[in-house]
Amino acid sequence: MATEAHEDQAEIRGIGHSVKRKEDARFIRGKGNYIDDIHLPGMLYMAILRSPFAHAKLNGIDASRAQAVPGVVAVVTGELMAQHNLAWMPTMSGDTQAVLVTDKVRFQGQEVAAVIAEDPYVAKDAVELIDVDYDALDVVVSPQQALASDAPVIRDEKDGQTDNHIYHWESGDADATDRAFADADRVVSLDTFYPRSHPAPLETCGCIADVDGATGQATIYMTSQAPHAIRTVFALVAGLPEENIRIVSPDLGGGFGNKVPVYPGYVVATAASLLLGRPVKWIEDRSENLISTGFARDFHMHGELALKNDGTMLGLRTSLLADEGAFHADAQPSKFKVGLFHVVTGSYDMSAAHVVADGYYTNKAPGGVAYRCSFRVTEASYLIERLVQNAAYELGMDPADLRKKNFIRKDQFPYETPTGFVYDSGDYHGAMDLALEKIGYAELREEQERKRAEGKLWGIGLASFTEAVGAGPHKDYDILGLKMNDGAELRIHPTGKGILKISSKTQGQGHETTFAQIVAEEIGIQPEDIKVQHGDTDNTPYGLGTYASRSTPTVGAATAMVSRRVIEKARKIAAHLLEVAEEDVEFTRPTFSVRGAPDKAVTIQDVAFAAYTNFPDGMESGLEAAYYYDPPNLTFPFGTYAVAVEVDRETGVWQVTRMVAVDDCGVRINPMIVEGQIHGGLTEGYGIAAMEQITFDETGNCIGSNFIDYLLPTAVETPRFELGETVTPSPHHPIGAKGVGESATVGSPAAYVNAVIDALWPLGVRNIDMPLTSAKVWEAIEAAKAPA
Amino acid sequence: MLPSRFDYHRASSVEEALSLLDDYGEDAKVLAGGQSLIPLMKLRFVSPGHLIDIDPIPGLDGIEEREGSLALGALVRHNQLASSEIITNGYPTLAAAAPQIADPIVRNLGTIGGSLAHADPAGDLGSVMLSMGANVVLRSSSGERVVPIGEFLVDTFTTSITPNELLTEIRIPTPPPRSGGSYLKLERKVGDFATVAVAVTLSLQDGTVGSAGIALTGVGLKNIEAAEAAASLHGTAPTDEAFAEAGRLAAAASNPVTDVRGTDTYKRHMVEVYTRRGLATASAMAAG
Ligand SMILES: Cc1cc2nc3c(=O)[nH]c(=O)nc-3n(C[C@H](O)[C@H](O)[C@H](O)COP(=O)(O)OP(=O)(O)OC[C@H]3O[C@@H](n4cnc5c(N)ncnc54)[C@H](O)[C@@H]3O)c2cc1C
Repeated sequence: MATEAHEDQAEIRGIGHSVKRKEDARFIRGKGNYIDDIHLPGMLYMAILRSPFAHAKLNGIDASRAQAVPGVVAVVTGELMAQHNLAWMPTMSGDTQAVLVTDKVRFQGQEVAAVIAEDPYVAKDAVELIDVDYDALDVVVSPQQALASDAPVIRDEKDGQTDNHIYHWESGDADATDRAFADADRVVSLDTFYPRSHPAPLETCGCIADVDGATGQATIYMTSQAPHAIRTVFALVAGLPEENIRIVSPDLGGGFGNKVPVYPGYVVATAASLLLGRPVKWIEDRSENLISTGFARDFHMHGELALKNDGTMLGLRTSLLADEGAFHADAQPSKFKVGLFHVVTGSYDMSAAHVVADGYYTNKAPGGVAYRCSFRVTEASYLIERLVQNAAYELGMDPADLRKKNFIRKDQFPYETPTGFVYDSGDYHGAMDLALEKIGYAELREEQERKRAEGKLWGIGLASFTEAVGAGPHKDYDILGLKMNDGAELRIHPTGKGILKISSKTQGQGHETTFAQIVAEEIGIQPEDIKVQHGDTDNTPYGLGTYASRSTPTVGAATAMVSRRVIEKARKIAAHLLEVAEEDVEFTRPTFSVRGAPDKAVTIQDVAFAAYTNFPDGMESGLEAAYYYDPPNLTFPFGTYAVAVEVDRETGVWQVTRMVAVDDCGVRINPMIVEGQIHGGLTEGYGIAAMEQITFDETGNCIGSNFIDYLLPTAVETPRFELGETVTPSPHHPIGAKGVGESATVGSPAAYVNAVIDALWPLGVRNIDMPLTSAKVWEAIEAAKAPA
Repeated sequence: MLPSRFDYHRASSVEEALSLLDDYGEDAKVLAGGQSLIPLMKLRFVSPGHLIDIDPIPGLDGIEEREGSLALGALVRHNQLASSEIITNGYPTLAAAAPQIADPIVRNLGTIGGSLAHADPAGDLGSVMLSMGANVVLRSSSGERVVPIGEFLVDTFTTSITPNELLTEIRIPTPPPRSGGSYLKLERKVGDFATVAVAVTLSLQDGTVGSAGIALTGVGLKNIEAAEAAASLHGTAPTDEAFAEAGRLAAAASNPVTDVRGTDTYKRHMVEVYTRRGLATASAMAAG
């Protein structure tokens, strides 16, 4: 890894340099500017009253006691919102969601009313004085309950909705899959539940809505990963002219998918500001964030893998039940109801696959976001990697060997999967071999034999994931009809320094650094001389935002392309300065020189100055360009993770003793940032495997509404990570990069779980649903002991 | 996470605190480290009208051996317990438990008095005190009483303290020579409250168990003293069998409920395992 200390000052710190993050100077000093740091003159504060019931008819709201509290300016109810046609809003999945309840509450924590006050404490005090009359209704907390014929209908307000079913979706070829299964010697199956988890960004969601009644200008500061998409949605929902809406997403304290959707609080605060003519701030507290905003997963999976006795994989069948909560508010591309789950054949060459999925309403919070994941790729990767390990044992093979036997070979790319993805590139054997070598796989297996002989439980787990990230080509990918393309604008100033405006929004990924490095690589201006601007819809090009590992595949590509556009013009100016024809100008960053006369040269900085001072007649002044990128394909990062664990048979407590992660995300722009992303993802993956879950009791009470109940791993229990890399550039991306922000969250849970299952396999344990708490591990051991 | 309105009073002496308690009684709460009280107020589970901050009172944070006991001031912080040489050398159960309480931030602020007065059945120090036979000193403007910890801890979040009393000191009998102790805590992550924890204090006399104390965290409505389990050890040889039997008796004394941390069966099983393991550790330590 290159470090700054060893670098020649003149060297351009473009791609491949571990430049320190530009963002960190302000964050480390406590000078970040988060939503709650923003104070506007005359600002009011909003607090939300939430339902204690998961399902209850609303008979009435009496806000008179709250209204009477000194300092209370207004109490907003569903009735008031309905008068302005704002009691309901569209969701990202084309469903509707209640902004404030008018008929009945459908999940615990649902927004019932809001108080606007001069002071946040007063708002909170007054919320407690709103009297609501409810009649509790029967509650549905799982898709299995939801599909029962006598289940209460949660969305009875929807025309034609007579049950809790939302969608049925299929991918792949059912007949071909049946044929593959008919040819199989063996079918290995697995039922497993991927529990509901929460992205839990440390900064909760919030906004400040500032609507100017005189000008009609609406400025909304908002914790948003997708400010442009949100602006359009606001224009559609509120009927405001889009040019009068400005969404500003300031520094974000994490997002992980949680800050993609539009939440009722944003809409109520905006309506209140419009009605009251003053700015309104709303900041969620921790419990509100955990109980009411975008969760992830909650996916019941059944998988079957068809194999020959020699281990050849023939086909894969899956059926899935998605628990969508009370409103279908998934953030997924419109065409794909369970996201990109159909990437479930993973890293393996097989001829057929069929995916069947059904989504159901339940009395739980809505908003299935892709928590650090490209649209349910996480669930897919988990299912196939668990199945493959179980299949290996059933066949008496080593799980590494079974994988290698079936990996798509390097020479098979581009490879079309049975569900229609065209994998752009890969070298799965390379990543696997490196991971096995780094962890000392053969020796570990021998050690495991010895430990087993002593009665100890040792396990080794692998996961060889393939992700599909960078949505996406406009023919297939849109959200609410908006094509998932992104843009970049680059303007080089006379002094040879520039500003890059991008459509995506950093929440910790280091865009301000990485994207400047792409420009540096292309045009030879150092990254510290390129300011990256993002997050403000008035000042950045349109695009769908940062999630699903899409910024580098889309905006990163747009940045490379816009830089090349700038160079095209710069070359013309250089030709003018050098007094030669354009064809005779050669560019070797940062210098333009005359072909055959290399000492006749000007730098990009000279050209920038000339672009405003000395440009050819007939040319427009300035040195700038814009580019909107339509990706020809997704990118397909991959890797192999290997985990070793020790399990205490008597207590079920397990510990990771080794964790090796080999990632291939194509070309690494800033290796330090890439490694940071991988560390974060491996930590979150461990959290999901070991401790994170949001559960509900039978009455729909959310358990997991604070950080004592919703556990996030700390540095103490997080394993030590040993990283490795291979580099297989994306053939269609202008700089060969692929997304990497989510690889580790996607790939690692299966590796941790496989390791524990590997340890317990001889006892007869075949599955434990995540999170693998010591209690569940112990119970699985006991259940395996008990005579069947 | 915004608390209701309250008035704040700063006490600079025990007497001042007691007189404030007399004035505000039931509507007041003593504020020590705030690590239990403030979260409850922010969640609005409690909304006291008055907070009496005892933090500024000098002299309430002493750790000293006096008349055959260790005297701990009510304001001794968890991290002081963890780093005190007197405790490391002579009070192994407490030394084992203190660094397992919460996380460094909470340990820097949370106090032993607050922890015991809060009487959380998942609190660690209550069990340590039960296993060591500690007493607490309660003062009011009309006097002082010394209460055995078993009588002090009444029920979940309930003690025998009256609204006008302040807990000022905790007294732990100094264990005899050839003593050992252990605190085994099952937590889901660092900083978590115990799923199950077992405090064990034991001394050896002429090759047999002299005295023993066993107490359980997180498996009942309060910290549970497993008296029968401890009694089963008196005068017996410190063998694996004796410890296993004590483990079974301790499990029988526990009364856990099923929740996200685990089923009642699992928790009872863990009491058994940790009692057995804890006794083995404490006994090895005592044997020196
Ligand atoms: C994240 C987190 C994790 C934690 N994990 C653990 C854990 O693993 N194990 C554990 O045991 N504890 C844990 N705790 C609780 C912690 O130990 C608290 O510090 C302790 O319970 C209370 O001590 P305090 O000084 O902060 O008391 P405060 O919060 O100030 O007061 C607690 C209660 O005691 C009363 N009180 C305080 N002092 C006195 C006194 N001298 N006389 C009379 N009444 C008094 C108060 O009025 C209040 O009712 C955790 C706390 C947090 C926030």
